[in-house]
Amino acid sequence: MQLLFKTLFKTRGEALAFGGFLLLLLVILPLALPVFRLNLVGKYLTFGFVAVGLVLLWGRCGILSLGQGVFFGLGGYCMAMFLKLEASDPITTAIQSTPGIPDFMDWNQLTKLPLFWEPFKSLPFTIFAVFILPAAVAFIIGWAMFRRRVGGVYFAIITQSLALIFSLGIDGNQGFTGGRNGITDLRTLCGWDIRSENAQYILYFACVVLLFTVAMGAKYIINTRLGRVLVAIRDREDRVRFSGYDVAMIRAFIFSFAAMISGLGGALFVLQVGFMSPSIIGIVPSIEMVIFTAVGGRLSVLGAILGCLIVNFGKTTFSEAYPDLWLYLMGGTFISVVMFFPNGLAGLIEKIPTSKENYQALFARFKKTASTPPTQKSTPITDEH
Amino acid sequence: MNIDHPNVLEVEDLGVSFDGFKAVDGFNFYLAQNHVHVIIGPNGAGKTTVLDLICGKTLATAGSIKFKGKELRGSREYRIVRAGIGRKFQNPSIYENLTVFENLELSHPTGRGVIGCLMFRRTASIKQQCEDVAAQIGLSDRLDTEAGILSHGQKQWLEIGMLLMQDPEIIMLDEPVAGMSVRERTQTATLIRKISKDRSVIVIEHDMEFVREIADRVTVMHLGKILAEGSMEKVSNDPKVIEVYIGH
Repeated sequence: MQLLFKTLFKTRGEALAFGGFLLLLLVILPLALPVFRLNLVGKYLTFGFVAVGLVLLWGRCGILSLGQGVFFGLGGYCMAMFLKLEASDPITTAIQSTPGIPDFMDWNQLTKLPLFWEPFKSLPFTIFAVFILPAAVAFIIGWAMFRRRVGGVYFAIITQSLALIFSLGIDGNQGFTGGRNGITDLRTLCGWDIRSENAQYILYFACVVLLFTVAMGAKYIINTRLGRVLVAIRDREDRVRFSGYDVAMIRAFIFSFAAMISGLGGALFVLQVGFMSPSIIGIVPSIEMVIFTAVGGRLSVLGAILGCLIVNFGKTTFSEAYPDLWLYLMGGTFISVVMFFPNGLAGLIEKIPTSKENYQALFARFKKTASTPPTQKSTPITDEH
Repeated sequence: MNIDHPNVLEVEDLGVSFDGFKAVDGFNFYLAQNHVHVIIGPNGAGKTTVLDLICGKTLATAGSIKFKGKELRGSREYRIVRAGIGRKFQNPSIYENLTVFENLELSHPTGRGVIGCLMFRRTASIKQQCEDVAAQIGLSDRLDTEAGILSHGQKQWLEIGMLLMQDPEIIMLDEPVAGMSVRERTQTATLIRKISKDRSVIVIEHDMEFVREIADRVTVMHLGKILAEGSMEKVSNDPKVIEVYIGH
């Protein structure tokens, strides 16, 4: 147990930060926020799953994927299909020309449930698919590309086009997928009303616990030999290859792992928000997820999750007040993060020496560093926690 | 074939052409066990390309590369490494953000698959091996130093140490003493003599004094082909070699 703890957290400060964050999410926010706002926080946290994946994939292994929305979407759509089938029992849909199939199929003159929808009548299969489908798709794509040494900008462009293809594919097959409107009007999970206040609390807590588990899994990877190999691949690919590692396999694995947890995030998104549509998984959201990670800190698991909360909170607040300016603000934030603090907020915080765990001293130092303009142009990626 | 020193590596008719340009052509090379075999030649002779071909970084277009009788041509790099061939690059290629110890540990052959990496534990024997290698390369007191702040010579040694961790049967060193001081060169020569007791070494080098010190056998390359081969005395007195290489 102690060994596991030591593997997960290198310093006591880090463990405290995680503890504090958990306290905030599990106790303070649920007490302080009305259920509507808490549900929003839960929604932001589902992007945290993608961000944690990006920390491993982009921050650690140096693979920038601009298509993580695809995997978020795959997981989300699996869950949405299950919920939609449950919401489309013959009695509720008696008014349709073909009762018992989802409403959008009926509108598109489908008279039979498509074959690939059938397995999603089963919850165990759906849960299995939420994990395995994104992981398998990512592994196949990743394996094919990494074997051919596709990387860097080319990988980013290809994954971005994947996001476009995926969202267009869903858009264009309205009868099978619900098209641009997405899959909406989801009500119950095995008879349990997911729209009730009670359910929203429970789903929020489930989301926090799962995110925390995933974050710990990511930290475990970072602090084992695999984590060091990931960084080594990022910095000295050839040396790793000539030390006898199968670089393509390790990259494909980490891409697949990131996809799997993104899929889980997507499924939790659907449960909390109650719908899934192409607008949540295309190019723009895929890039937004990268921005959340960059702002929070692409090397830090906790930082990336915080980034999701902060940017999304900012998005909600500012887009309500200044709808026209919001996008510029978001772009500006991203550019300044890349230019001035490439390791994000977490990188800024780590610069503060924490020899004494004295919050006042820490706060005073933070003020000091915040008031002096950033002088260095770019710091090389250092490898903390 | 010499009975005391059987060949571990047999390269025959090796060739590679880049868009019609033959960088290496009809190259024959036999590496005897526990020998230090040096390849010399003017710039652009194809020396580094030969190493690239043997370790799989560049794919050969002709010929064969047999390691202990097994064909290596066409194998993936990591398989060639796992078979027992280690390679050092011309510029020191180490993990600058990791400590010397971590650099060595990462090169240890246990757990090179995904699962193996996740299950990897720093056992006492692995720790001991890292310390032994560090002692061999003269970095015992720098184990906890970040590799990026080592001197140039120490970085070169560290990379040799990383190869030793893999315990390969063949070590290929591309210009190991480039940029080293005279004293560091002598130390490197001693190191290479020492490591060749248990394994065979291929070295690419320009420094003739250094070559004289370490070489059991020398191959001179010119324009992708072999110009001469034999002991250092023999090749340094060869008129062709003097004309294209040493004389200049």
